[in-house]
Amino acid sequence: MKCKILIYCVFASFVGNAFSQDQSIKIGELNSYKVFPAFLEPYKMGWELALEEINRSGGVLGRKLEVVSRDDGGTPGDAVRVAEELISREQAALLLGTFASNVGLAVANLAQQRKVVFVAAEPLTDKIVWENGNRYTFRLRPSTSMQVAMLVPEAARLNKKRWAIVVPNYEYGQSAAASFKKLLTRAQPGVEFVAEQAPPLGKIDAGALVQALLEAKPEAIFSALFAVDLQKFVREGDTRSLFKSTAVVNLLGGEPEYLDPLKDETPEGWWVTGYPWSEINTPEHTKFRDAYRKRWNDYPRLGSVVGYCALYAVANGIRKAGSLDADKLIAALEGLQMETPFGEILWRPIDHQSTMGAYVGQLAKKGGRGVMVNWHYADGAKVQPSDQEIRALRKE
Amino acid sequence: MSAAAVLLQFLNGLAGASSLFLVAAGLSLIFGVSRIVNFAHGSLYMLGMYLAVSLSASLGFWASVPLAAALVALAGGLMEITFLRRIYKAPELLQLLATFALVLIIKDAALWGWGAEDRLGPRAPGLAGAVTIAGRQFPQYDLLLICLGPAVFIALHLLLSRTRWGTLVRAATQDREMAAALGVNERRLSTAAFALGALLAGFGGASAIPREPASLQIDLAVMSDAFVVVVVGGLGSIPGAFLAALLIGEVKAFCIGLGYSELTLAIEFVVMAVVLVLRPWGLLGRPLAETRGPGVLQPSLPAPSFLLLGGLAALLAAVPAFAGTYTVVLLTDILVFALFAASLHFLMGPGGMPSFGHAAYFGLGAYAAGLLLLRAHLPMELSLALAPLAAGVGALFFGWFCVRLSGVYLAMLTLAFAQIAWSVAFQWDELTGGSNGLIGVWPAPWLSSRQAYYCLTLVLCLGAVALLWRLLDSPFGYALRAARDSPLRAEAIGIDVRVQQWAAFGVAGLFAGVGGALYAFSKGSISPETLSVPRSVDGLVMVLLGGVQTLSGPLWGAALFIGLQDSLSRGVEYWRAAIGAVILVLVIAFPQGIAGFLRARLFK
Repeated sequence: MKCKILIYCVFASFVGNAFSQDQSIKIGELNSYKVFPAFLEPYKMGWELALEEINRSGGVLGRKLEVVSRDDGGTPGDAVRVAEELISREQAALLLGTFASNVGLAVANLAQQRKVVFVAAEPLTDKIVWENGNRYTFRLRPSTSMQVAMLVPEAARLNKKRWAIVVPNYEYGQSAAASFKKLLTRAQPGVEFVAEQAPPLGKIDAGALVQALLEAKPEAIFSALFAVDLQKFVREGDTRSLFKSTAVVNLLGGEPEYLDPLKDETPEGWWVTGYPWSEINTPEHTKFRDAYRKRWNDYPRLGSVVGYCALYAVANGIRKAGSLDADKLIAALEGLQMETPFGEILWRPIDHQSTMGAYVGQLAKKGGRGVMVNWHYADGAKVQPSDQEIRALRKE
Repeated sequence: MSAAAVLLQFLNGLAGASSLFLVAAGLSLIFGVSRIVNFAHGSLYMLGMYLAVSLSASLGFWASVPLAAALVALAGGLMEITFLRRIYKAPELLQLLATFALVLIIKDAALWGWGAEDRLGPRAPGLAGAVTIAGRQFPQYDLLLICLGPAVFIALHLLLSRTRWGTLVRAATQDREMAAALGVNERRLSTAAFALGALLAGFGGASAIPREPASLQIDLAVMSDAFVVVVVGGLGSIPGAFLAALLIGEVKAFCIGLGYSELTLAIEFVVMAVVLVLRPWGLLGRPLAETRGPGVLQPSLPAPSFLLLGGLAALLAAVPAFAGTYTVVLLTDILVFALFAASLHFLMGPGGMPSFGHAAYFGLGAYAAGLLLLRAHLPMELSLALAPLAAGVGALFFGWFCVRLSGVYLAMLTLAFAQIAWSVAFQWDELTGGSNGLIGVWPAPWLSSRQAYYCLTLVLCLGAVALLWRLLDSPFGYALRAARDSPLRAEAIGIDVRVQQWAAFGVAGLFAGVGGALYAFSKGSISPETLSVPRSVDGLVMVLLGGVQTLSGPLWGAALFIGLQDSLSRGVEYWRAAIGAVILVLVIAFPQGIAGFLRARLFK
């Protein structure tokens, strides 16, 4: 059996080499498609749309762009192997993708070791650009702490004294809770945190949790729950009248991926970060939305925008660098300005974070489904800590 | 907590316990009759949820629940007749491999059929609101659930104690061979028990939709919960499962009520470990029937063929000369997992101690390597050399408790320890880096090229496998096999069975640790997934694919499994289902494993 695999491998590497002779530029894309399909199917449709647009308009540096996409299995160990395959067998010019933070960090670490540029599209962890940031890694989406910072002004404006916190028990939740406590205390001195719950991701025991929150009698709740956990929390909290007396601020709650399943149970008035795709009518977003609907006969989710922008960032970076050399690509991506459906963004030279923002607004029901109202765009450039703090975190 | 709060949390615990019991009862029934460790039980539950959500759109919630349960029962019966029935005679635990394949297939089928988005079901019409209890709102539907658990319990109890069919089921649960010898049609009984178990799983899933959305992740979560409940209660004991569900439901509710929700990450496994250490057969279980006659006749293990190993080493050493870099990377992974599988095989084949938590030692080795390098600032070579000791010591510690148990109880205790180790690695941010893990665990400069690291892995892994094989051919190895085949006789001729088994734990842990440390340096980072349940299951799959009763089986199993993952995940959209299908075909075609099949063909 091993012989067969060996022969297969040898054959495949031969074939791989033969293909790299043609003139297309290869981008190595990897993501946990089968572990987080709800977010990543739209993501894939997003970058496929971008790929078609880029190649229709003549490609990059006179060559066609080619995306070699792989499933990374959702674990750091497998993802590193897949990334190695993209680097060495496929000769990918750079790496793109990943979803979960631990996978993103592992691939970022590999990118540094192998001296290959890596554009992390989705991971939210602060560490990927700060504590564990490196020269080769860039990140597109606004991080956990950026999104918390976007919500804090609204939270402070609620002017509630007693806050309860509910976050999933892993790094994203922990860092969301820590950032929120720090920033809210700064914005509203004297605020109290009366209860903190950190249920395991995907396994929230909503009844007991809502009951425990009620006993603490909070005036407001900060939640970083999403997906199944959020749905269970909403239903259980509604049945037990938790939300009648409390205001809620929920990170990511307005992303269509997590908002749409709630349908007519969407809790009204919650402050969330998200993506009101149907309501943004700027020219750049309308153009994207129309193209997406035409291509896929479906509306865009946040994942679609992330995939679309990530591939454009790569294409623009290569165009600006005029080469596939890693050092030149880094120099080009640092300070790159580009158009996105959310408006213009900048790739910050100091920490390789893009200034892509998110939409902050309130949840409401409209025709049996959830929408965002009273929303505004929170620019990612305006929610950054000082350069000094960042340099200290990056140990530079 | 006020008295009212205690009452409400107690009711929450009861509702949770009821839904736990519904899944666990079916699993317990299936295990009792057919001795199948049904990994796919959670998948049947998930199927019940999706079916109920879909059906309730047109038929309404109340009609959809029994219908979904009936459909799942049908699916379960078909599964038993088409696949599982063919392998009852196969070596033990092979059915586990078949059900694992079904998990993969059902998951992808659900993704294909229902799409990726979570499906939030309807509330139960008529019971959508809340009642006021002690001044607090409590969902009406939860009250129904609280009654549903005991109702199903009583119905099952009546079925098992008052009907002829129930008597046969109990007879088969107590002693399957004797029941068959007395003329009970075992095949029909097994199919019926499996279908009934599936019915309960489907019913559990369908009745959960007012509380929980249908999602693709629910299968494994429910499966592990159900296993814990069944084992804590005592295998095959329905009252035990009821008691265990109650215990775990309440413990969870009060952990949350008292503000220690972080503990719920692994609290059920802590409960299970404590119960099994104190009561080796669960709360209400009975010791398994003694093996009769001269012990289970296992085919003798072939003498280790160091010639084969040497030839393999020579062949593999030549690979970097003519193959691309990625082949080398892939082979590094295969070698590491071959060693991991070989160490697990040492424990579960010749040692006769199935471990469901072997990744604990792999992960301990990996984390020890990372911590020694990053926190203690030792040189990489020294970290690599010392890390396996941590895994060995960990295995000795866990093993000391485990060797007092046998069979599935032992397996579940290893799983409990592995989950506890996982939750510690997951939560201890300052030391282990929490859910993100340790970043920057790279080998020393002279080993940093992939080819050099491959050579090191080749030498260490095949050297370790040779050592394991040599140990099996020593008096220690023979004593271990004697202890497995007939503990009573082994004791009678002066072998200290427990000490042999304990030592086997240490050895297996040590060598898994070598694999883990090599893995850490090949990836540059480690996260808690290295000691998670899926890793342990991967190891089991590799050993069973290769063949438990062979020596080289784990190596072929690892090569095949990693090779399949690598090639299928690249080209096939539904690659998980494809892997499942391949495993299912292999299990039915070669119940002795690949190496076992080859041996039977070549040497007989």
